[in-house]
Amino acid sequence: MSEWTIEVDRGACLGTGMCTSIAPDHFRLDGGTSTPVKSPVDPDDAVVDAAESCPMEAILVRSADGAVLAPQP
Amino acid sequence: MAARPYPFPEPDDLVVHETYLELQRDEPVARVRLPYGREAWLATRYADAKVVLADPRFRRAPVMDADYDPPRTMPEVPHITTILSMDPPEHTRLRRILAKAFTARRTGQLRERAQQIVDGLLDDIEAQGPPADLVDGLAMPVAITLISEMLGVPALDRAKFREWSDAAVAITAFTVPEIEAAAASLRAYIRDLVEDKREHPADDMLTVLVHAHDNDDRLTEEELVSFGVTLLIAGHETTGSEIGNFVYQLLTHPERLAELRADPSLVPAAVEELLRITKLSGSPGFPRIATADVELSGVTIRAGEAVFVDGLVANRDPAVFPNPHELDFHREHNPHFAFGHGVHHCIGAPLARMELQVSISTLLNRFPRLELADEVKFKKGRLVRGPERLLVRW
Repeated sequence: MSEWTIEVDRGACLGTGMCTSIAPDHFRLDGGTSTPVKSPVDPDDAVVDAAESCPMEAILVRSADGAVLAPQP
Repeated sequence: MAARPYPFPEPDDLVVHETYLELQRDEPVARVRLPYGREAWLATRYADAKVVLADPRFRRAPVMDADYDPPRTMPEVPHITTILSMDPPEHTRLRRILAKAFTARRTGQLRERAQQIVDGLLDDIEAQGPPADLVDGLAMPVAITLISEMLGVPALDRAKFREWSDAAVAITAFTVPEIEAAAASLRAYIRDLVEDKREHPADDMLTVLVHAHDNDDRLTEEELVSFGVTLLIAGHETTGSEIGNFVYQLLTHPERLAELRADPSLVPAAVEELLRITKLSGSPGFPRIATADVELSGVTIRAGEAVFVDGLVANRDPAVFPNPHELDFHREHNPHFAFGHGVHHCIGAPLARMELQVSISTLLNRFPRLELADEVKFKKGRLVRGPERLLVRW
């Protein structure tokens, strides 16, 4: 299965802890902002849930071909 | 040590009760006994609050278990599940339905509408002349109008639900039967409104929720009603109270007020700092239940035990905020927990920030000589604190 890439815009991130709680395997708080534990990763719905729940829309999830999976506009 | 009675008495002002600060310094994880239910822990330091709020080993849903006897302020055990008493993945399922409606980007698009509402209310206040009550004249109507328009609650019904909501967020300010009757009225009201949205879909959040239930099976009818009630109450009691609280804070800190008037670009930072320092919470809130043994500041919380944290107490931790009791609009780093932390981080935070910024900056701009016209008394015995009235002249 093709992997997904995760990017966090640390300028936009407010460190709400939303993503680190929804997808603790994929995000950690580092100096007050979120960072992906690793990228690329195997597809996991929790990553999309985290990106869709972020109030700052600071998380970008892409498929291997570069298409944006989350957040949806 | 014997468990302390909790909650501590409510101060008359918006300050943090001194016992919290003593505990934060000397006994950061303390045993407490609430009026009803089993004993619990109270964690007062920022680092511990962060773990309790965001670590998945702490959960909320067990509070609702039939045999749990949760520590609480009221005799009856809470029995209606809301998004506030859910954990992932159920919580995520509900939250995602409306997360889009509340992003910073989407609420930014409502700024113009908020400005229009605030301008209109201040026109009325100016026309009426001093003294004016900013609670009834500005704070509550701004918050109620915006959340009502977003949800799709008709303008004509707003007086009605404000009365129910006031009682529904009470702890001791009303009797238990009064509180339960108000909560039941709110549910019945939202239930009717949901039926109405089924017949007449509109561009609002209740319609989004109805669609998510009827077409996509993403939430049950009861979850739909609970979500509507929660959004309606949380969407105006908190922000409405904070607008009044912030105006009070500024009018009683003349140096900070002068600083803000001299440099309006400080408004966003001032709002963050006022969020940090204002003790909005008037109740212990929900405890979290440990699902494994977890150590907090050297104390082992056993699986099954309950822990209370209050973000507004953590916000005074000197380990994170130098001079924590100073109102300082120039903090380089202000990672406050006024909106909570973790999955229950307030969904309306971007909306609240926008409403607070627009209300404060417009009010100061409009009335360069604003001052208090009477002593201010704060509401007690409720989930959130705010002025009963805020009489000002200019």
